[in-house]
Amino acid sequence: MSEMPPIFELLDVEKAYQVSRPSGFPAQRSFQLKALDGVRLRVEAGSSTALVGESGSGKSTLLRVLLGLTQPTNGHARFRGHPIAEARAAGAGPGNGAGGAGSFHREVAMIYQDARGSLNPRMTVLDLIAEPLRHFRLCSAAEVPARVAQLLQRTGLPGDVARRYPTALSGGQIRRVAIARALAQDPAVLVADEAVSGLDVSTQAQLLNLLRDLQRSMGLTLLFITHDLGVASYLCEHIAIMYLGRIVEAGPTGAVLAAPAHPYARALRAASPQFFAPIAAPLPGEIPSPVDLPPGCRFAGRCGIAQDDCRQTDPALTRLSPARAVACLHPLAT
Amino acid sequence: MAVTTPTIDIAEKQPPRRAGLLRRRPFFTLALLVTLGFLLCAVFAPWIAPYDPTFQDIEWMMTPPGAQHWLGTDSYGQDILSRIIFGARYAISIGVFSVTIGAVGGLVIGMAAGLTGGIVEWLLMRLIDSILALPSLILAVAFIAILGQGVDKVILAVGIAMIGPFSRTVRADVLQVRVQLFVEAAGLMGIPRLRIIWRHILPNVIYPLAVQVTIRISEAILVSSALSFLGIGVTPPPPDWGLMIAEGRGFVSFAAWMSGMPGAALALLLIALSIVGDGIREEFDPKLKSGA
Amino acid sequence: MTAVLSPAPTDQQPAADTADPLLEVCGLTLHRGTRKIIDDVSLSLGRGETLALVGESGAGKTTIAVALMGLLRRHEARIEGSARFDDMPDLLALREREWTRLRGRRLAMVFQDASAALNPCFTVGSQLMSVLRRKLGLSRAAARTRAIALLDDVGINDAAARLSAYPHELSGGMQQRVMVAIALSCNPELLFADEPTSALDVTIQAQIMRLILDQTRARGASCIFVLHDLALASQSCDRIVVLYAGQVMETGPSETVLTRPLHPYTKLLKFCVLEIGTRELTPPAGGVPSFDAMPQGCRFSTRCPNALPRCASDKPPLLQVEGRMLACWNPQ
Repeated sequence: MSEMPPIFELLDVEKAYQVSRPSGFPAQRSFQLKALDGVRLRVEAGSSTALVGESGSGKSTLLRVLLGLTQPTNGHARFRGHPIAEARAAGAGPGNGAGGAGSFHREVAMIYQDARGSLNPRMTVLDLIAEPLRHFRLCSAAEVPARVAQLLQRTGLPGDVARRYPTALSGGQIRRVAIARALAQDPAVLVADEAVSGLDVSTQAQLLNLLRDLQRSMGLTLLFITHDLGVASYLCEHIAIMYLGRIVEAGPTGAVLAAPAHPYARALRAASPQFFAPIAAPLPGEIPSPVDLPPGCRFAGRCGIAQDDCRQTDPALTRLSPARAVACLHPLAT
Repeated sequence: MAVTTPTIDIAEKQPPRRAGLLRRRPFFTLALLVTLGFLLCAVFAPWIAPYDPTFQDIEWMMTPPGAQHWLGTDSYGQDILSRIIFGARYAISIGVFSVTIGAVGGLVIGMAAGLTGGIVEWLLMRLIDSILALPSLILAVAFIAILGQGVDKVILAVGIAMIGPFSRTVRADVLQVRVQLFVEAAGLMGIPRLRIIWRHILPNVIYPLAVQVTIRISEAILVSSALSFLGIGVTPPPPDWGLMIAEGRGFVSFAAWMSGMPGAALALLLIALSIVGDGIREEFDPKLKSGA
Repeated sequence: MTAVLSPAPTDQQPAADTADPLLEVCGLTLHRGTRKIIDDVSLSLGRGETLALVGESGAGKTTIAVALMGLLRRHEARIEGSARFDDMPDLLALREREWTRLRGRRLAMVFQDASAALNPCFTVGSQLMSVLRRKLGLSRAAARTRAIALLDDVGINDAAARLSAYPHELSGGMQQRVMVAIALSCNPELLFADEPTSALDVTIQAQIMRLILDQTRARGASCIFVLHDLALASQSCDRIVVLYAGQVMETGPSETVLTRPLHPYTKLLKFCVLEIGTRELTPPAGGVPSFDAMPQGCRFSTRCPNALPRCASDKPPLLQVEGRMLACWNPQ
């Protein structure tokens, strides 16, 4: 067991919002919306983890907590052993650069789902990719064009893209520019939010291969948010499946997808389209709203095998085997 | 779950080139030529105008348009064509300078209002609201009353009156830009706030502002001409078009060209500027341009 | 059911279809300005069959569906070819007035984004009932009863109460169910479904696909799905048409085409599909060529691993090979 603290560690993290809804004019009732309800997660250095969930699962909120954009209302969120809020505040400013012990900002790079929106349309690709180079003082001003050319090549873009503007590039090219920019800051962690969704299958495949190669050759820690189990299985060694603000199953991707322990994980797997398998409609009902959850297991309402104690007790994520964890009172046989 | 339509992986066309622009929009080209014509008049007035604008030719008083004086003469015998040509100087310089004042002032106030919050933003917005409550002409009149008459005072008055509308649009743009993803992405990198404002927010606000400027120049010219027409703008003898229209007012029934010619020139310039402004907006406004 | 061909220049007509197809599209070609968006597409659909139009974006699949529903304005696109529908000789030659009678009653469409397709100002009930009253001439009471029955059919609980709900009050899955209800309200013979589940969560996707398939089967209707997911196409459709940049690459029974694809593009597409447990992906390099650089012949020739020199200039005809139709000079 390595001595280094894990890159990210979340312990019973909660994020609650107060929501008021009208109930009989003029009164208003105040509800608690728990976007995150007791999340336990460990991300080790050099690993690749997929965070999978549907709408209302809280994966976007979790992402914001990991990046330090929101603070949890409860629980601990740590980056390399230090609270994320502190790491963010301490690392502010470009002084650390390449030599420094690593400011949080430099070490954690993000690729957004809306890659085009995350790039300033008034800046050329060169300026966009050079921005982290200049901000973190990773090379001298004279070296910038060479570095940018190197990054473009790394991400499979032709060199002449550097002087163009984002509006002139296609969807796949824009994603690559976003990846190049993330790599420019020489990060230790790459966080990608649905980085390949909404793309053609062939473009998606190209980008996935790129990400996998980069992760392996650079030893990056990869945290990949996706709703697509196929992408998760291709790219990531570990998987964490979220439902309504909690991680309900976690473990090695192959093992979890081959034999899911949590009924929701099994339903997700069954719902993924597979060649010539008949369409399964594995889960009845709609995804419930995180506002005002009933007591007991959050999945009990839709679970096929829910029992009485499931409606009383809310299971936390507990160890099932050395590598796997599940939040279920009656996990399926694995 | 967000709707994600698969994006077509073809490189999109480059922004249309200038030459194509002129060919595609004939009205725009025509309007641009007219505007350039007026601009040339303003710059090269002493060389273009056939007569000195203040030269009073008593023999040729109040003559209708003819061979000697193409657009006729006024009650002092001054050549109207020459006065119109020289008047272009005033019209255009007043328009440009006052809009510049308005744009700069609007930029500062609008950025401040859009980027701060709380009580500061509230105060700034109420300030802008109070400026906007009055039409620019009335406001300009009020400023003239305080500042006095003359070309420079007119520029100031119209300029200050235009700060209101500009700051409104700037603030709206700032509010819209600052929630864009690329601003958050820059913040995520730890880039300090001022740098973000300078590098990311300002450039995206300046372009729409520049487009607004081209549209509002015509408004500025109209307001300044109106002030001169009312007699509280440019004082004679400079040949301001508004003044000329006012001078010809008493003679409209039998010497219509005295008011008609400068009026036509004013209308022509305003229409041309409007069309040019619209054309620029359609070509370069990022909100109208298809991005993704 | 075997496919019927477009009249190829080499005149290789296969055995004529014994059963009477519901829809027969011949040589559909669509120009937008100078761009040939759809290039000589032919397909046929039997009664009670499901067909998948499959391809990546830019393939023209939505354009085909929209053209066959008569939703393209004349000035937007120049359309050639014919589309025989049941007893109507050519859908593409119909005028707008005739289309209004046809749409909703015999042809219907389910769109991708239900929240955009439903009018936010009107309740779900009023939108559903207005279709019933206008198309079927039902009285208000009769329309209401039928609307409740329809909402029940599409799996919406408490249907009577839901009639007075506004679209934004419903979840994405429920909105899509309402769309399906509206589309099926007049018992159309042909239903188009344009990526009906891409905007939904994974567990809801399966529900909606099941719903559409069950309901069309129960009513004896045929269905044309526009999909980009090959695996989903294999699960839901009897026949498949593989499109690339507006051309048909391969078409036939989906089981035949997808278990043993012959066309290089279909093969590549299949190998790019990520299933759980996929370990290797070999995507084709590059992207779809822009319209200025589009080859005259086979449009996939710029990226095809089997490309011959004649592929770029000579368009291969659609021929019957091993139980499906294939347009390729060099399938290997």
